[in-house]
Amino acid sequence: MMKCNRRIPTTRLVASIFGLLILAQQVGYAQDDTVSTELFTVNNTWMLVATFLVFIMHLGFASLESGLTQAKNTVNILFKNTAIVAIGLLTYAFVGFNLMYPGDFSIGQFVGFAGVGLDPGPDGNTVAYAGGGYTYWTDFIFQAMFAATAATIVSGAVAERIKLGSFLVFTTLYVAIIYPIAGSWKWGGGWLDQMGFYDFAGSTLVHSVGGWGALAGVIILGPRLGKYVNGQVRAIAGHNMPLATIGVFLLWLGWFGFNGGSVLSADPELVSLVFVTTCLAAAAGIIGAMFTSWTVQKKPDLTMILNGALAGLVGITAGADVVSVNASMIIGLIAGIIVVFSVLAIDRNHLDDPVGAISVHLVCGIWGTLAVGIFSADHSFVTQLIGVVAYGLISLPAALIIFTVLKSTVGLRVSEEEERGGLDVAEHGMESYNGI
Amino acid sequence: MKLITAIIKPHILDAARDALSKAGIQGLTVTEARGFGRQKGHTEVYRGAEYSVDFVPKIKIELVVDDGQVDGVVAAISESARTGEIGDGKIFVSTIESAIRIRTGESGVAAL
Repeated sequence: MMKCNRRIPTTRLVASIFGLLILAQQVGYAQDDTVSTELFTVNNTWMLVATFLVFIMHLGFASLESGLTQAKNTVNILFKNTAIVAIGLLTYAFVGFNLMYPGDFSIGQFVGFAGVGLDPGPDGNTVAYAGGGYTYWTDFIFQAMFAATAATIVSGAVAERIKLGSFLVFTTLYVAIIYPIAGSWKWGGGWLDQMGFYDFAGSTLVHSVGGWGALAGVIILGPRLGKYVNGQVRAIAGHNMPLATIGVFLLWLGWFGFNGGSVLSADPELVSLVFVTTCLAAAAGIIGAMFTSWTVQKKPDLTMILNGALAGLVGITAGADVVSVNASMIIGLIAGIIVVFSVLAIDRNHLDDPVGAISVHLVCGIWGTLAVGIFSADHSFVTQLIGVVAYGLISLPAALIIFTVLKSTVGLRVSEEEERGGLDVAEHGMESYNGI
Repeated sequence: MKLITAIIKPHILDAARDALSKAGIQGLTVTEARGFGRQKGHTEVYRGAEYSVDFVPKIKIELVVDDGQVDGVVAAISESARTGEIGDGKIFVSTIESAIRIRTGESGVAAL
C-alpha cells in the first residue's frame, strides 16, 4: 500500500488541538498586544467558523423565500439570492469595507472612506491588528457576509413581481453605499457609537436597514396581482413548507455565527453566553408566535411560528451579550407576539410582503434595539431610539429614491402577463420543477 | 345529465369559479393539467441548449349538470375565461349515463 506523505497522523492532529485548547484556557482573555500566538489562532479560528456560519444564512434565505412563494417563481428567487451573495461580497471588497470602517471620518462623524480595495497593511495579519481577535482578512470576510445578508432581506419582500435587472441595480447601490455608510455610524466608530448607541450584532445595522429597504420596495412596487381584491386580503400560498422550514433552521444555525462571531473573539464566557441568549430568544419567539397565531387565527400557522423563530433571533441580535438570560427569553417572546400582529397589520394596510420580511427584520429589529435600552442598565432607551430613527432616516428615503428612479427609468415591475405566467419562464426561460 | 369539461388558463380559475357560483353551480372538480392546442408552447434554454416546451400549464374543470343548465354554465365559463388571446382554452360537453351520491345513495339528477 502506498503511503501518502501529506496525511497528518490522526493522533498528532488530536494532540495539537488538545494542546491549543489547554493553552487557550491557561492564558488570560485580555484583548491586547500581548496576546499569545496560540490564543490569536484560537480567536481567529472561531471568527472564521462564525464567518461560514453566517454564510450558510444565504442558503437559509434562499430556501425560506422559495418555500413561501409560488413554484412558478422559484428559479427567480434562487437566482436573486445567488446573485446577492456575489454582489455583497464583491462590492464590500471594493468599497463597502472601507466605507464601513473608514478609520478617519471626512464629513463630521458621518462619512469616511479608507480607499478602494483591500489592504491589510503591515500589521493586518498580526496580533496587533484587532487585539489578537482576528486578522484583517478574517475581519473583511466576516463583515462581508453580514453585508450580503442585509441585501437579501429585501429580496423576499419584493418577490414574484420585481424585474430582475432593476432589483440587482437596487441591491448593488444599497449594499455598496447605503449599508456601509450607515454601518460606519456605529461599528465604524461614527457619531452614534460616540453617543453610546449599542447594536451588538446588527438588529439595526443589518436587519432594520434591510427591513427599511424591503418596506420601500413593497410601497413603490405595489402588491402582487390578485392579492387585494375588493378590499379583501387573499392568500397566495407558499408552495413548499418543508423548504421554508429548512430555511429557518439554516438561518438559526447561521445565527450562532452571526451573534457568536460578533463577540469578535473566542472569549469563552461571552461566546457561550451569546449562544444561550440567542437560542432562548429564538425558542421564546416560536412560543410567542405559536400562542398568538393559535389564538388570533384559530389554528396554529406554521409560517407564523417560523417567522416567530426569526423574530426572536432578530430581537436578541442587538443585545445578546448585554442582556440577562431571562431578559433574552422575554425579548424573544415579545418579538414572537409582535411579528404575528405585524404580519396581519401590514397585510391589512395592503402592503404585500410575501415572506414577512418587514415584520421580522424591520419591526423586530427596532424592538430588539429598543429592548437593549429597556433590559440593560448600561444603555439608554433614548439613545437606542435616536439610533433607530437615524437609521430609518437614511435607509428609507435612500431606498425609496432608488426604487422610484428605477421605476421611472427602466421600470421596476414585470408585465401582468409575465407575472401571471411566472417569472421563471418570463425572466429566465426555464422552470424550477420540470414537469411532463 | 351532461359532463362539461373546460380547459382554461390557470389564472382564470378564480374568475371562472365565481361565475359558476353565480350560475348556481354547487360542485366541480379541478385538475392541474398541461397541454397545447394552437397555442404552441415556448422555447426554453437550459445550460445553453434550446428545447421546446409544448405542454403549457392549464386547469381542467369538470362538472356534471342537469341538461337545462348546460347553456348557462358554458356561457359562464366562456365569458370569464375569454381573454381574446390564443390559449384561452376549450369547453367540451358530453353525456353522462348516471350519477350517484355516495353518502345517501341517491341517483340521477337528485345526485347532482
